[in-house]
This record gives sequence, C-alpha cells and structure tokens, in this order.
Amino acid sequence: MPQLDLKDHIRETHLFTNRTIVALVGIILVILIIITRMVYLQVIGHEHYSALSQNNRVGIVPLPPIRGQIHDRNGILLAQNQPSFSLEIVAEQVKNMDLLITQLAELVEVSDRDIDRFKEQLHQQRRFQPATLRFRLNETEVARLAVNRHRFPGVEVQARLVRHYPQAALAAHAIGYVGRISEKDMGEIDVANYAATTHIGKQGIEKSYEKVLHGTVGYQRVETNAFGRMVRVLDRIEPIPGKNIVLTLDVELQRVAREAMGEEAGAVVAINPKNGEVLTLVSTGDFDPNLFINGIDRKSYKELQESPSRPLFNRALQGQYPPGSTFKPFVALAGQELGAVDANHTIFCRGWYSLKGSSHRYRDWKKDGHGPTDLKKAVTESCDVYFYELAQALGVDRLHDYLIQFGFGKSTGIDIAGEASGILPSTRWKRKTYNKPWYLGETLITGIGQGFTLTTPLQLAVTTATLANGGQYHQPHLLKQIADTQTKLLPFVPEHPSTTIKKVNERHWKAVIDGMINVVHGDRGTARRIAHDQPYQIGGKTGTAQVASIKQGAKYNEEMTPKHLRDHALFVAFAPADNPTIAIAVIVENGGHGGSVAAPVAGAVIDHYLLGAAPAP
Amino acid sequence: MTRYRQKHYLPWVDRHKQGALFTRGMHLDWPLLAGLLLLAAIGLVVLYSASGQDLEHIWRQIIRLGLAFGVMVGVAHIPPHQLERWTPWLFGAGIIMLLAVEIVGDISKGAQRWLDLGFVRFQPSEIMKVAVPMMVAWYLAESRLPPSLKTTAVAAALIFAPVGLIAMQPDLGTSLLVCTAGIFVVLLSGISWRFIGTVALLGACAAPLMWFFGMHDYQRQRVLTFIDPETDPLGTGYHIIQSMIAIGSGGLYGKGWLNGTQSQLDFIPERSTDFIFAVFAEEFGFFGIVLLLAVYLFIILRGLYIANQAQNSFTRLLAGSLTITFFVYLAVNIGMVSGLLPVVGVPLPLISYGGTSMITLMTGFGILMSIQTHRKLVTT
Repeated sequence: MPQLDLKDHIRETHLFTNRTIVALVGIILVILIIITRMVYLQVIGHEHYSALSQNNRVGIVPLPPIRGQIHDRNGILLAQNQPSFSLEIVAEQVKNMDLLITQLAELVEVSDRDIDRFKEQLHQQRRFQPATLRFRLNETEVARLAVNRHRFPGVEVQARLVRHYPQAALAAHAIGYVGRISEKDMGEIDVANYAATTHIGKQGIEKSYEKVLHGTVGYQRVETNAFGRMVRVLDRIEPIPGKNIVLTLDVELQRVAREAMGEEAGAVVAINPKNGEVLTLVSTGDFDPNLFINGIDRKSYKELQESPSRPLFNRALQGQYPPGSTFKPFVALAGQELGAVDANHTIFCRGWYSLKGSSHRYRDWKKDGHGPTDLKKAVTESCDVYFYELAQALGVDRLHDYLIQFGFGKSTGIDIAGEASGILPSTRWKRKTYNKPWYLGETLITGIGQGFTLTTPLQLAVTTATLANGGQYHQPHLLKQIADTQTKLLPFVPEHPSTTIKKVNERHWKAVIDGMINVVHGDRGTARRIAHDQPYQIGGKTGTAQVASIKQGAKYNEEMTPKHLRDHALFVAFAPADNPTIAIAVIVENGGHGGSVAAPVAGAVIDHYLLGAAPAP
Repeated sequence: MTRYRQKHYLPWVDRHKQGALFTRGMHLDWPLLAGLLLLAAIGLVVLYSASGQDLEHIWRQIIRLGLAFGVMVGVAHIPPHQLERWTPWLFGAGIIMLLAVEIVGDISKGAQRWLDLGFVRFQPSEIMKVAVPMMVAWYLAESRLPPSLKTTAVAAALIFAPVGLIAMQPDLGTSLLVCTAGIFVVLLSGISWRFIGTVALLGACAAPLMWFFGMHDYQRQRVLTFIDPETDPLGTGYHIIQSMIAIGSGGLYGKGWLNGTQSQLDFIPERSTDFIFAVFAEEFGFFGIVLLLAVYLFIILRGLYIANQAQNSFTRLLAGSLTITFFVYLAVNIGMVSGLLPVVGVPLPLISYGGTSMITLMTGFGILMSIQTHRKLVTT
C-alpha cells in the first residue's frame, strides 16, 4: 500500500506538472493573441484610429462677428451692442419644460410675458438652438443660476452682445431692428457665414445694410470632450466685425420733428435737396425697436397692432395720401413749362368752376372765390379754380409725363425696404388699372391734388426738394458712409444717378418759387403763421387731403370718429428759398388744415436745422 | 503514509533552506510580492491619469490596496491545512449567502448582487471566486487523482450550484469567472483529454439553448454588440468603439502619460474601472502593453511555480487554479476592452479602480503565499 501511495503520488505530481505545462502553453498562446490584437489595433490600424480620435476631440466652433454700429450724421449712436447675461434653454435637452420654468422662476424673476415670448421663440426656433427665457440677468441672478446649474441640464447662462437702440422709438422706422434668425431667413442668407449669428436685420437700415453690418464669421478649432463641452482652443480664425455705418439722419432734428408732432399720427420727412440725404424720417405713432430684438411677446405685439395710431406702420414710406394742394406748385410749373399758361395770365375766380355743357360745379375751398388770380396768387392762396382750368388746359397725360420727372408716381429708391410708389394718374394708367376711360372731371380734381393721385410723405419731400433745387433730382438715401476701417470711409453711392429736369425758362420756376415763398411770407399766405424774423426765406405749400373713408382695420370709436373724419393736413417746404439746404414734407393725419397743423412742424424743423435752435415762440 | 510523504519531501526542504532565510518570520513570497507591488504602482500611475488627475481617487485606491495587501498578508499566515479544514464551511456559508441574496438582496443596478448585513454591504459572489476552487480542490484531493467519473460529476455539481445562483442574480461575468476557477481545478486534476473534449463538444451544442433560454435581454444585447459594435454606435457599441479608438490611436509609443485625448476628454467609458486598460494603451502604446503583460506573466509564472512546488493535491490544485483564474481575469478584461470579447464587467486585476474584487484577488495571492511559505513547516 505505501508503495502504491508513493507511486500514485509521483503520478499525481507528474500529471499536475503536465497539466501546468499545458496551461502555461495556453496562457502564452492567449498572450500572443492579445499581442497580435494590439499589433492589429496599434500598428496596422493606428492611422485609422488616430484619425477617429482626432475627429472625436476636435470640433469647429464658429465665432460670431460683432455687428457694426449705426451712428447718425453727427456721430450719435443709434444702434450698438451691449453685453448682457441671458438665461438660455435648449428645449431638446429638457424633459419637462413647465416644471423647469417653475423651478427657474424660484431663482430668477420670470414674468408671464417672458414665458409667453420664450414659448413663441421655441416655435420659430431652429432645432437645438437655445431659446432665451430671460434677458439682462443681474449679478445676483447670474450667481444663483451658477450655483444651481447642475440641477438643470440644457440650461445655460450666456454672456452675449445684444443689440440695443439707445434712441428707442425716435428713429425706429428708419433704423428698423434686428430679430432672431427665422427659418424663413435661413433660405436667404449664406448659412455658413451666419453659423454663429443669432440675429439678423429685419427692418429698415438693419435689414437693407445687413451685409455690411454683419461681418464675416470666424472659426476656432476646439478640443471637446465626450459631452461636447469645450476644453481648450487649438487655433482660431478671428471673425471680421461688421462695418460701422453713418446715417444721413440728424437725430436732434429728428427729435425736434418728433416733438413737434406731439400726439398726432403722421410723418415728417426732411431731405437735403443738394444731395438727397434724408435728414429726418419720422413716422408717428412709433414703437420701441428694442422690444423686437429677442422676439416680442404676443400681448405687447397685439397692443402695437391694435393701437389706433398703428405704430408699426411706417407712414413716411408706406402711407399714401392725396397730395392735395401741395400738388399745385408742380401743376403750376408744368403749365408754364409746357406752354399752357403764362405767369401773368389772370383768371377770375368766383368760387367754382364747371365744364362746358355740365351743370356740375367744382368748388373752390374759398366759397366766395379769390377774384382775379394770376399764377403766383393761385399758388399763394391755393386757388382751386385756377388749377381746374390749368389742368383742363394741360390734359392729364401731359401733366403726368412732366411730373413723373419729379418723382411722383414711382418709388424714390430710398435705401430701406417697404416703400410705396404712390400714384400719378394718366389715361393709360386708368385704362390699365380700372379698364375704364378717363373723364375730364378727373383731370380737374387731379389739378388740385385730389382724385387718384397718391403720394407718400417721402415722395412729397423728394419732389419738393427737386422743385426747390431747380430740377436736380437726387435719390433719397439714409446711408451717409460706411466706415470700412478705422480711417477709411466709403461714401454712399446711389443706385439711380442724379438727373436734371430740362428747363424751358428759368422764370417759370422762379414764379412758382415766389408763389411758394408768399405762402409763408406773404400777407395772405396760407402758412404765414410760421414766418417770423428768421434770417432766411421759406418756400412752402399747404395742403388738405380729404379722408375718403374710415381706414381699414380702424376700430369704431365714438370719441375718435369725428377726428377720423377730419382731413389730413399737409405741408411741404424748403429753405433757405434762394439756396435750399432742406426740403420737408409734413403730414398730420386727420389734422385739419395744413397751414395750422402741419406747417408749424415744418417751421420748427427748418428753424432748428438752419438756426440750430428751437424757434422763438 | 505520512511518513513516506515526509521522507519524499526532505530533499526539497534542504534545497530551500536559503529561501527560508528570506521568509523566516513573515510568511511572504517575495518575488510574488514584488510583482504585485509593481503592478499596484503601475495601477496608481494609470489611475491618476484615468481619474482626471484626481488625488482623491488615488488616496482611496491606496487605502484599498493597503487593505487588500493586509488581507493578503493575513491569509498568507494561515497554514494551508487550516485553510483546507475551513474550506467546506466557507463554501457552505457562501452558498447560504447567495441564497440570501436571492431572497432579500438589495436591488443594485437592476441586479441582485449585494448583501447588506447592516454594517457592511458585500457581494457573496466574490467569496465564491475563492471558495469554489477551494471546495473543488478540497473535494478532489480527498480521493485518488485523476478523479473518477463519479467524482468529476460531484465536482461539477459543486461548481455549477454556486455558478447557477450567481448567474440568476444575474451576474454573467462573475458566474463565468467562478465557473472558470472551479473548472481549472478539475482540469489540473488530470481528467482525461477525451472527457474534456466530449464536455467541450456538448457545451458547444448547449450554447444556442443558453442563448434562447438562459440569458437576459441585456446579456444577449452585449453579445450582439460585441459581434458588431457598429450596429449601435451611440448606445452599447459606443464603449467598445471608443475603447478601440483609444487603443489604436496610442500606436507604438503611446500619446504619453496624461496626454491621451480619448482618456482625458471622457470618450472612454468607465475609464478608471473596467476600461482602464484602454487608458493605459492610449497613453503608453504598444511597448507599454508588452511591458505590462511581462509583469503579469511574471506573476503568473511565479504562481504556477508555487503550484508545482506545492506538497499536496489540495494546495497544488488550488494554487494552480487561482493563478490561472488570475490570468483569465486579465485576458477577459483586455479581450473585452480591445473588442475581442463581449463586455462583461471584469476589472483589470490590481489596476482598475475598485475594492471588492481586489480584496478577493489578494486573498487568492495570500493563499498562494501561504502554500509556498508553509511547506517547510510540514517537514518540521
């Protein structure tokens, strides 16, 4: 037995040693397999995996360019970029938005309007773009959010440059505003260049000079971790900031015009007749463009839309009004230049006019008539009968062909969008538009600026400027220059070249101008109230446009109705009369008579422009 | 019988008198200890990088290592015959605890693995990593080797009872490791190759049955993802793909310590625990891996040497099995991190951040040291 035990034992030991050797061989085989695998991954596949690892970690992050500032002609800031902390949420990373908002509201002030605007923004947003719940967080709020950030995935506090309009409503209709890039905008822009941009010009100068203001996007290559968070910057191509632009607007003059308008709805446009620079562009009621930058809440928007003064409506460009008597100087000029009338030709005005074979009386505004009236008197006292006759003598088509040179009935080509073209009727126009023949009676009322004729306040200013400037037409524009670099300034280049209306006789022009000077400075002038001892003469013309019907969309309001039925008050003017540097058009909706309501506004603006101060009372 | 044994082994003792000088007083195997300490040191260096240079991690790991080495030293001082005597009790206690887990176990990550004894939470399955090979070795050493068919069948039952319980938790990784540890005892005991071949063939046939009836959905998903990680590049496949990118981009020389972009930028999942090998591979490259494998191989060779020097069947089988199981941990971890095996939660021995498995591991090395250093005591 012991022998057997020993034998067994030796056998067992041998067996075990054999098995150990097998195990060792197996282990070495497995190690070889592992090493082979490593050779496969690290030597053969190295390049492939290196590339993958590089792609993993390196991301391209676009850098937004800083939007150019907008200044007025005297360097006053109209649009700038302000650093601001905002609370942004990427909706795709949030499970329960309402709960999140409730929780955030415990940390920072969140009003119902904020929530409303935020939800509105979510609807219009590109996917995976942050939407902003709160703007202009204060330091306490930023700190509170920083401490609690871990609780809210998808919530970020971002320091961004936010567009700000320091003049608020003052030049809103000229400057316009920027807003969040919408899906619709995406179709119209170079998406790569806007990769980091959140806002785009939506209206006014901000829209029309978007390309200049925006700049060029920059990029940085950054190392990101597995969660997409930036770890460090590898290299960067700086964005090229947008260019600053200088407008032709004079904000102080704008302010004078705006204040002179008071609570009235209307428009004031002032132009330098020498070069077409727009000095003021006021449309009242107006609105604060800062509301629109980050999306307006529905309630505020509704208020703006439903306000009877229609603040969003740019009356200066889009409002089309019958020119009324402001049309008469042009008709007077046309009559002379086309040989239909001489300045000395005198008619007898008995208060009405009628066509041969018709009993219909075309009335003069002055019931008893103006008596014997020559051209100057007709302009100064705004004699309707004179212009009925003159229009009849001219015929509508000749009138049309002459006046279109001044800019009536067509867009002025101003460098902001949305301009209405107005209407300068002709027989062909009526045939085309209504497919109806032209009636002679329509020629008569065209002569006094009623009927089909429609003009925008801007057009009135441009045509007045052209008349005042001896027929030299300049495209109106708001851009003065673009600051290409710190030192280099690019002046505005008009799309339409300046033109000069061919003059038959200088006297014809002078007669009209003199008539217009008498409107202000003559004893019987319709705007004599704005004449004082100013060291220059103003040429002007009042106008009254009948309100045909209550405007569309206006609410019936008992208190307002009488006012609605009142005529629009118009006034065009230029000064100094011998060498005009300002031409102006004023429209006060439902203001009554031009001489009493519109003319003082123009007087205030002209006095400020030429005297540098408000007029003496 | 005892006398014969002693006689037979007398020359061994003489040959190792020099070695006894080193180990006198402390029952430690110095070569093994040196290998393990070297590995632990490498582990801390890699962990510093993998944890994003977090000293807090390092301190906790050092405390764990201290505890684990302490356990090892403690176990090394228990003579093997003592261990042999405790084996059935340990195994029995393990089985009871596994049953307890089944009944009252906490829910942890959707699987019941932890047993909360009020003052300490631990995984009974960890105990089984040591208790199963001990039990099988204990049982096989009772009778003559190679074991008879009947003995083998009982041994199989001893293995599959706990393995089944662990797999039910479900913890596929641990159950496979426990199973491996037990099976290596049987293989080392000398059962015939023909028998091994037959069982392997049957196992291959049973695999499809396992797939359809024996696996949880998430386990099947792991296998599927392993077969083609690209099918789910952002879900389960993400781990494997990112890990392979890390290893591959390391190249021959690596990106340098603390410079692995995959590691430092969080692309590697579980980078301080199960996937720490990917961090090592990315930062130290192919040559680093070869050196690391050399250290592991040294420890394994020493373990196999100890097994071969062991004086009885129990210690021999146990030492051999523990050493091979150690290697299996290593191979499975590297295999899964490098995309050769499905993702099963097996840490890289002594390098991965984490406690429980390290203590189990060091208990095993304590047993190896005990086996090696108590040999002469048998003779005196």
